[in-house]
Amino acid sequence: MAETAIQKTEVKEKEPLFGPKEKQLLSDPLNDNNPITVQVLGICSALAVTTLVVPSVVMTVAVVFVTAFSSLFTSLLRKSIPKQVRMIVQLVIIATLVTVVELTLKALNYEVYKQLAVFIGLIITNCIVMGRLEAFSMANKPWRSFLDGVGNGLGYGAILIIVALIRELFGKGSLFAGSALEWKIIGPSAEYMLDTTSIGWLGWYQNNNLMVLSGAAMFIIGILIWIHRSWNPKLVDVS
Amino acid sequence: MHNTRYIIVFVAILTLVVALILSLMATGLQPIHDRNEAVYNKKAILSAIETTMGVEAASLGADQVQEIFDEQIEQVVVDMQGNIIEGLKAEEVDLAQERKKPVASRRLPVYIYNGAQGKVYILSVRGSGLWDEIWGSIAVEDDFSTIVGAAFDHAGETPGLGAEIKDNPNFSAQFEGKKLYEPDGDYTGIVVRKGGAKDPMHEVDGISGATITGDGVTQMIQTGIEYYEPYFEKVGK
Repeated sequence: MAETAIQKTEVKEKEPLFGPKEKQLLSDPLNDNNPITVQVLGICSALAVTTLVVPSVVMTVAVVFVTAFSSLFTSLLRKSIPKQVRMIVQLVIIATLVTVVELTLKALNYEVYKQLAVFIGLIITNCIVMGRLEAFSMANKPWRSFLDGVGNGLGYGAILIIVALIRELFGKGSLFAGSALEWKIIGPSAEYMLDTTSIGWLGWYQNNNLMVLSGAAMFIIGILIWIHRSWNPKLVDVS
Repeated sequence: MHNTRYIIVFVAILTLVVALILSLMATGLQPIHDRNEAVYNKKAILSAIETTMGVEAASLGADQVQEIFDEQIEQVVVDMQGNIIEGLKAEEVDLAQERKKPVASRRLPVYIYNGAQGKVYILSVRGSGLWDEIWGSIAVEDDFSTIVGAAFDHAGETPGLGAEIKDNPNFSAQFEGKKLYEPDGDYTGIVVRKGGAKDPMHEVDGISGATITGDGVTQMIQTGIEYYEPYFEKVGK
């Protein structure tokens, strides 16, 4: 009796800052409700920027920042945003944050900025961001909206990085090219860990040029969706 | 439901706040952006003389790039008659803008690298690829014929195909040792040959699937280097 009473008062006093619900907001988009493999949103940038790992990581950071803070600000303003113009207001918030990201990246790392070029700007049109604002932030409190934004950004980024790892390894034979961690794995010169010219039985190997084209990303994402669905029984359509 | 006046006021305030934040940020970061862009362009020029310098341009820091430019590179601008235009530095000339002018009034940048093995002239060329503009730096010895290195870039060629002119170091590496002139002094330029180079002196292998970008490179070098001919004559070819 006494125990339940204490629990009740606790709940009434304050919602926990990081309870099971909050945890679920972060973990759901990584698995059961992944924006790319389950909702199939944000595909265009996932096809375009995933040729190399480093730009994909930067893109992930950018998207997490935008989804998290646009969710936070939309949620803070949710009661004062006029319903008639709510989408335009959301768009203004998203566009502002994207411009902030673009200006910052241009100052911090000009080379990655050049590589990502137009795709940073295109975060504005990424369906994940606006989808979360409409579906979640307009009806939930700021902290939870923020977590939901972070979760969805990470869910998107996780797939992005998996695809980029596969594409860079098989397309260029390297990993993390363009950063200090650059790791040359397989290729036709002595710079690579596996030098195909010196190991006789590997002489046939060539980096797969298809991997560099966006078509390959489509196949990889398709296969990832397949694996994800067969591994997670919740995603199998009962009908 | 909110009334119309509320909506107008809300949107006006939001827009003002957002505009203020963004303009403050853009103005505040402008000097850093300009500096980054300048270093990026200088690195692109240095990547044409990687073999002469013995270091990879991409591995150089901003300060090192500036140091090489300050100490070892002489910058001049020439007109179409080959005369040096006084008081102008090569980095102040934007070839993209020059391309819009009539040919006779264009200005051309020349970067002269003073290395251990003598002078290397870095010439800038610009042309059209398949989708958008392509450009590059061609470094030649002081005979103005032997190429010691080349680097290319593009605005929007297809990744994996046309974009290989920049991304694939093997493509630009082929230009090393090629000659722009016949031994008897006739100008030939460099031809990017589809299906493999036939003439070892003046041709390089094209990239499969990027014929039009390759033809663009051929064309760009052909006309771009020809513009420098009056200058070659004046400097004493």
